[in-house]
Amino acid sequence: MTKLLKYMKGYGKECILGPLFKLLEATFELMVPLVVARIVDEGIGGGDSGYVVRMCLVMILLGAVGLVCAVTAQYFAAKAAVGFAARLRHSVMAHILRLSYSQIDTLGTSTMVTRMTSDINQVQNGVNLTLRLLLRSPFVVFGAMVMAFTIDTQAALVFAGVIPVLCLVVFGIMLITMPMYRRIQSGLDSVTSATRQNLTGVRVLRAFRMEARETAEFQDRTEQLTARQLSAGRISALMNPMTFVIVNLAVILLIRVGALKVDSGALTQGLVVALYNYMSQILVELIKMANLIINMTKAAACANRIEGILEIVPDGVSGDACPDTLAGKVEFENVTARYAGAAAPALEHVSFTAEPGQTIGIIGGTGSGKTTLVNLIPGFYPAESGRVRIDGVDVQAYDTVALREKIGIVPQKAVLFHGTIRDNLRWGNADATDDALWQALDTAQAREVVKDKAGELDGEIEQGGANFSGGQRQRLTIARALVRKPAILILDDSASALDYATDARLRMAIRGQKNPPTTFIVSQRAASVRYADQIVVLDDGAVAGIGTHDTLLETCPVYQEIYYSQFPKEAQENG
Amino acid sequence: MDNQLAVLKKILRRIRRYLPVLALSLLLALIYVAMSLYIPILVGQAIDGIVAAGSVDFDLVARKLVYVAICAAVAGLSQWGMNEMNNRITYSVTRDIRDEAFAHIQTLPLKYLDSHPQGDLVSRVISDVDTFADGLLMGFTQLFTGVMTIAGTLILMLTIRWQIALVVILVTPLSLVVANFIAKRTYSMFRLQTAIRGEQTALIDETIGEMKVVQAFGHEQASLEQFDEVNGRLEAASLRAIFFSSLTNPSTRFVNAVVYAGVALTGALLAIGGSFSVGSLTSFLSYANQYTKPFNEISGVVAELQNAIACAGRVFELIEAPAQTPEPAAPQRPETVHGAVEIQDLAFSYSPEKPLIQDFNLSVKPGQRVAIVGPTGCGKTTFINLIMRFYDPQGGEIRLDGVNTRSMDRGELRASVGMVLQDTWLKAGTIRENIAMGRPDATEEEILAAAKQAHAHGFIKRLPQGYDTQIGESGGNLSQGQKQLLCIARVMLCLPPMLILDEATSSIDTRTEIRIQKAFDTMMQGRTSFIVAHRLSTIREADVILVMRDGRIVEQGTHESLLKRGGFYAQLYRSQFAH
Repeated sequence: MTKLLKYMKGYGKECILGPLFKLLEATFELMVPLVVARIVDEGIGGGDSGYVVRMCLVMILLGAVGLVCAVTAQYFAAKAAVGFAARLRHSVMAHILRLSYSQIDTLGTSTMVTRMTSDINQVQNGVNLTLRLLLRSPFVVFGAMVMAFTIDTQAALVFAGVIPVLCLVVFGIMLITMPMYRRIQSGLDSVTSATRQNLTGVRVLRAFRMEARETAEFQDRTEQLTARQLSAGRISALMNPMTFVIVNLAVILLIRVGALKVDSGALTQGLVVALYNYMSQILVELIKMANLIINMTKAAACANRIEGILEIVPDGVSGDACPDTLAGKVEFENVTARYAGAAAPALEHVSFTAEPGQTIGIIGGTGSGKTTLVNLIPGFYPAESGRVRIDGVDVQAYDTVALREKIGIVPQKAVLFHGTIRDNLRWGNADATDDALWQALDTAQAREVVKDKAGELDGEIEQGGANFSGGQRQRLTIARALVRKPAILILDDSASALDYATDARLRMAIRGQKNPPTTFIVSQRAASVRYADQIVVLDDGAVAGIGTHDTLLETCPVYQEIYYSQFPKEAQENG
Repeated sequence: MDNQLAVLKKILRRIRRYLPVLALSLLLALIYVAMSLYIPILVGQAIDGIVAAGSVDFDLVARKLVYVAICAAVAGLSQWGMNEMNNRITYSVTRDIRDEAFAHIQTLPLKYLDSHPQGDLVSRVISDVDTFADGLLMGFTQLFTGVMTIAGTLILMLTIRWQIALVVILVTPLSLVVANFIAKRTYSMFRLQTAIRGEQTALIDETIGEMKVVQAFGHEQASLEQFDEVNGRLEAASLRAIFFSSLTNPSTRFVNAVVYAGVALTGALLAIGGSFSVGSLTSFLSYANQYTKPFNEISGVVAELQNAIACAGRVFELIEAPAQTPEPAAPQRPETVHGAVEIQDLAFSYSPEKPLIQDFNLSVKPGQRVAIVGPTGCGKTTFINLIMRFYDPQGGEIRLDGVNTRSMDRGELRASVGMVLQDTWLKAGTIRENIAMGRPDATEEEILAAAKQAHAHGFIKRLPQGYDTQIGESGGNLSQGQKQLLCIARVMLCLPPMLILDEATSSIDTRTEIRIQKAFDTMMQGRTSFIVAHRLSTIREADVILVMRDGRIVEQGTHESLLKRGGFYAQLYRSQFAH
């Protein structure tokens, strides 16, 4: 948690002034009982109405000054908390963007989004409350005790005795109930997941006539949750009554001591009233402090989680080779790759060479390592052993940004971003002219997609590209990759939503470009890779065969199996 | 308002069984309030006994202090009891309503569940019920003690000295006015903050969710700049909202200070006149201190109550959604299910303006295979929905061995159909529990046999805990293919006379697919089967092919007859299977 403190830098002034003004306010509040004591002793005792009026005006003045102090304090606290949170968000975002693919995989998207949103909000809230209250409450509690000491030592001993007891009760109850509340949360999670599962699995559950059993199981879970809530509630329900009783016992003691002192002339009646008032202030502040501590522990837990993200060292390696142009020769030399934490490698001993401008087909079943293979080319994941070389240089030796600028990637999932079509296409090349964009769209068979949209290139793309069909999105993502005129083009199963004819036209258009890129086509469809210069057949992470369609069809059983499952022999004879 | 009243009535009906507990809670609240209000008076009286040196009435002081002790003890006990009762009501009602909602979901037609986002239903059962219980029940008791405290304080103050009471009564509402003023002014600031925060969350979702693309295109810096722009706006809006709303507490505290000074002033002036004691002034001052607190609490509670009623409304909407048509009183059943299915003049649509199936007729003999084909998204599940009676048709009937399925008990109908869907849903629990879902009383041997027949035994054996391996909510570490094999084993154990199968192939590697196909073949022996078909061999061997397009059944017949006809099927066949 402490590491997040550096984001407070620059708010030092606010962090000091905020609590300081809070303390000032509390000081003025602490003076009120003394003023009342004066009113009782000198005003009422001396029968001086003028004095009473003056003192009451002083009280209002104290209140007004307190108000000004409090408002100032709130401003500084809010400013520091909000500024801190904004900076933290920026840094976490920047940090997340630097993480490598395998780190992204391990963390998971939803975790990162939660850290960025609700966790940081919680921390902001915690910082704000802390700046406002953390000093104030103990200050009032101990200030009241100090004031009591200035009035009378013996009476003050009552304060000195009761404050630890109150703290013990308040914090003791919190300590006992905190783990109980965690158990309640997990009980609630179990009820939630039972509900969610029942809804996702509704067809299966009904097919197996599980309704009654599901209901009974759900009731067990809610019953368990209720039991946990009741037992935790029973203990936290003790807090208010216990503190109430303790404070009143202290009041009894105080008045008893006060009576003796007044009788002996060591104290006045007004001062006894003042002592009584101080005791009441303590109770109010302690309850506030308990709430603050609950909030702070929550915020601290969130802060630790955020810190956990910031502590991850981005493990992407970037070299310093910055080529102006690439020819596009790609070599795999005995490459093995493994995902973080996986028992078996995702890819084993892969070797082949793609000459500039060649088309390489990569085919195989799910989980056979196709995507892993192409992800090694831009260095998204490091190879565990062996080498991936582009134009004879190891990919790890390239400057990551410079290398990726020359590679066009069309990911499996056709992702577009909220904004205009032009914005999205320019991801490929921020300086591309409209002509260049249209040219890329033509090659990607996507001219119609854009022509049909109102505003054409200025047409709006909704979040997630929701206003385009799967096939349209795929073609736009292909165009986006082509806009940068890449030396290497990677199509990761990115024509799956296109019909065979469009798919074929697309492949033709890519090959027909001036200086065609070295193109990798990942597919499950034999038809998509059939005309490639080389086809790499993967099976369970290993190369089952490399060659042209015709050779593989004769020599590679895995390729045969795939091919004939899609183009049955008899069907071919018939068709 | 009427609406809220109706909701309140429904709430009341659910609280009825806890009314004695509620009554006890209110009684305890009353005692607590009375005792806690009486204590300042007792303290005041004690202070009146300690006027000055040498003139302290020790007897009086001691007596009053004993009373204080008793009152404090009684107040503490009753407050604890009240809290306990409130907890009991709140948590029990929460449980009752959740159970009721869940049980009701089991009877809701699929039509309702399909048309309501799952997240929405879950949040009704979970967070809405929580908000409702916290807000309404806790709120109600807070409101009650608050009102009692205000009323009690007023009465006590008026009876002791009405002039001072008047000062309190006149000045206190100021704090409400101030709080209200601030709340109104900050509302729009909070709305702005919420809007920007929503915008930022969407951006975060998009950027982080698709970070691989962001990185692949080297777009990190541009994305970060875009983020910073929103972040800056959020910072400004949050600062305004948080700062201005945080003025409430200091402002009401100031009003409170004014009240306090007013009481001190009038009290002291009266005391100088000799008609008011210092002790009474002390009691008054502590009342003045406490008096504004319930006001502030109540204004918070009112907003919470309204929110609670809105949430309760959403929960009741779910609980009162019409259930599916009840099972017939005297359900019919075929003597033995052979698996003859006859469909006559069937008419069905999801929405009246878009008729999907009309005048559909089909006759399937026991043991025949029906293949359902069509492009993706053509509504093949519609057919499954109707056979399983997840949905009921608007016209015509489906007969199973001569009995209209609508006159059968749904459970009995479903028990005679085994279903393996493409969406391989498994329940969180052990593998054994999942396989035995259809027959919880199955023996270990039967479970093993089913798994073996489904070609699932091999991989289960290799899992760390074998059949006792826990699978998580989304199927955990199992691959898509393994999940599919478990779904097959699950049906294999029951071996019903009819089957509905979805030949999912898209995300499964060839080896597993062959295994699944073998398992399917074993299962289909002698059973009437409806197969959402992807494989050519399945289609060609089918006794009947149903061709679907845009949710409609457009053609039916055998492979040869359909090819000869040269319609949609022939076209589909040529584009998908032949080259």
